[in-house]
Amino acid sequence: MSLATSFERLDRRWIHAVTGLLVLLPLLLPLNFPLGPSPPVRAYHDAITALPAGSTVLMSCDFDPASRPELEPMTRTTLRQLFRRHCKVVVVVLYPGGARLVDWIVQDVARENRQVDGVDYVNLGYKAGNEAVMVLMGQSIPGAFPRDHNGRDATRLPIMQSVRNYSSCAMLVSLSVGYPGTREYVQQVRGRFHIPIIAGVTAVSAPTLYPYLQTGQLRGMLGGMSGAAEYEDLRFERGMASRGMDAQSLAHVFIALCIVFGNLAQWERKRKEAA
Amino acid sequence: MSPHPSPDFGVWVAAALTLCIFSFLYKDNPFYRVTENLFVGVSAGYYIVLNFWTVLVANLWDPLVGAFDGRQGSPFAVHLGDYRVFLLLPALLGLLLFSRFLRRYAWVARWSLAVIIGVYAGLKTTGFAQSDLVAQVHGSIQPLWTGHWGSSVNAWIFTIGLVTSLLFFYFSREHKGALGSASRVGVFFLMVSFGAGYGYTVMSRISLLIGRFQFLLFEWLGLR
Repeated sequence: MSLATSFERLDRRWIHAVTGLLVLLPLLLPLNFPLGPSPPVRAYHDAITALPAGSTVLMSCDFDPASRPELEPMTRTTLRQLFRRHCKVVVVVLYPGGARLVDWIVQDVARENRQVDGVDYVNLGYKAGNEAVMVLMGQSIPGAFPRDHNGRDATRLPIMQSVRNYSSCAMLVSLSVGYPGTREYVQQVRGRFHIPIIAGVTAVSAPTLYPYLQTGQLRGMLGGMSGAAEYEDLRFERGMASRGMDAQSLAHVFIALCIVFGNLAQWERKRKEAA
Repeated sequence: MSPHPSPDFGVWVAAALTLCIFSFLYKDNPFYRVTENLFVGVSAGYYIVLNFWTVLVANLWDPLVGAFDGRQGSPFAVHLGDYRVFLLLPALLGLLLFSRFLRRYAWVARWSLAVIIGVYAGLKTTGFAQSDLVAQVHGSIQPLWTGHWGSSVNAWIFTIGLVTSLLFFYFSREHKGALGSASRVGVFFLMVSFGAGYGYTVMSRISLLIGRFQFLLFEWLGLR
């Protein structure tokens, strides 16, 4: 049987099984492939490092449980870095499915870093309206979010006493899975209100955001699990993203091999048909 | 590594549902279908409840109740900077959307849609013009010789890729001769871009699988 015939007759479930094993085994037996930070990841890290201690940072966490493996590690590492810079963090959510998940992550990291809710950080929760909310925050953040995630009056919280609109924030961190997300923040907020933006996004949306990075509209960017793992490496952390990168690398090699063999098989079949 | 299974009942339910979804990789089966339908139903219910409490109650009901509670004498206290009463207008427009259920009055819903489309078109157009048109054109104008070989070669590749890719989408003349050659070079750059996009998409999908396996191994089975 030729390569073309055998590859075409291969049951797709064998490919599923091999992919599954290549993902499962490195999670049980880590290989610890080396990681090196790429320029966008280093720029993301350096942008936070350059913030004056005590700055207020607006963090928009626009993701849901479906993108948790990519965006949760970068959210945790970003919060840790911001808290260690003694930054005040104001969290908002514009993605409907993520309010509870984001609150759980924020509370967990805040507890770990002994931060006080309402003083060092606040989660203002979810607000429907997409771009309209982004523009409204340019006029008044407490106006757009009158109550926090727990229903408290936002204007009475100590952290919100110095927060009026984007001009009160030293930086916007956009962690997003799609719409509304980083693209909309660049379009609606960067040009109008001139606040520096850094972004952490899923790998699917990363290629569409590179032009913003090149023009400086984004100061730094984490793309997918690899971006999150490189960021963890820069922060000397061994989180979920770093632990997943061995599996990621092996699965990519296998898929690349499948593409090469698939093309070779097609080429052989066409050559035989022509002969 | 030894297992320490989670005592949380919710984690066990999540693990069982994950395994039901994975069973589709072998072949379609009733466990997969039940889980899929459960997901659709739970999602729909979740979004209805979420939008009721975060949109209707928070954005409309509470401000309107505040405007009409009589503390400021009159609900029309615009002179005091209170514009909440004007929320009646979007409330009315929202109700008009339901006229689509009545065939005779369905056309009334177009007024609400006109407002939605008008507002979003305005917001998107200005944002797009600033960030995607002006800023990107400005960013595309680069010096071809920067004094460093590496960045200069980069600038040349960028400029050739930009011009030839744009020429590929120029359809007012047949792609023959110089235009044909340039557009073929453009196709090469577009293929590189699609390849990068495909690679990133694979990374995203594998990340989802890794996330589920991490949940099963470390949160459910508690392997340490």
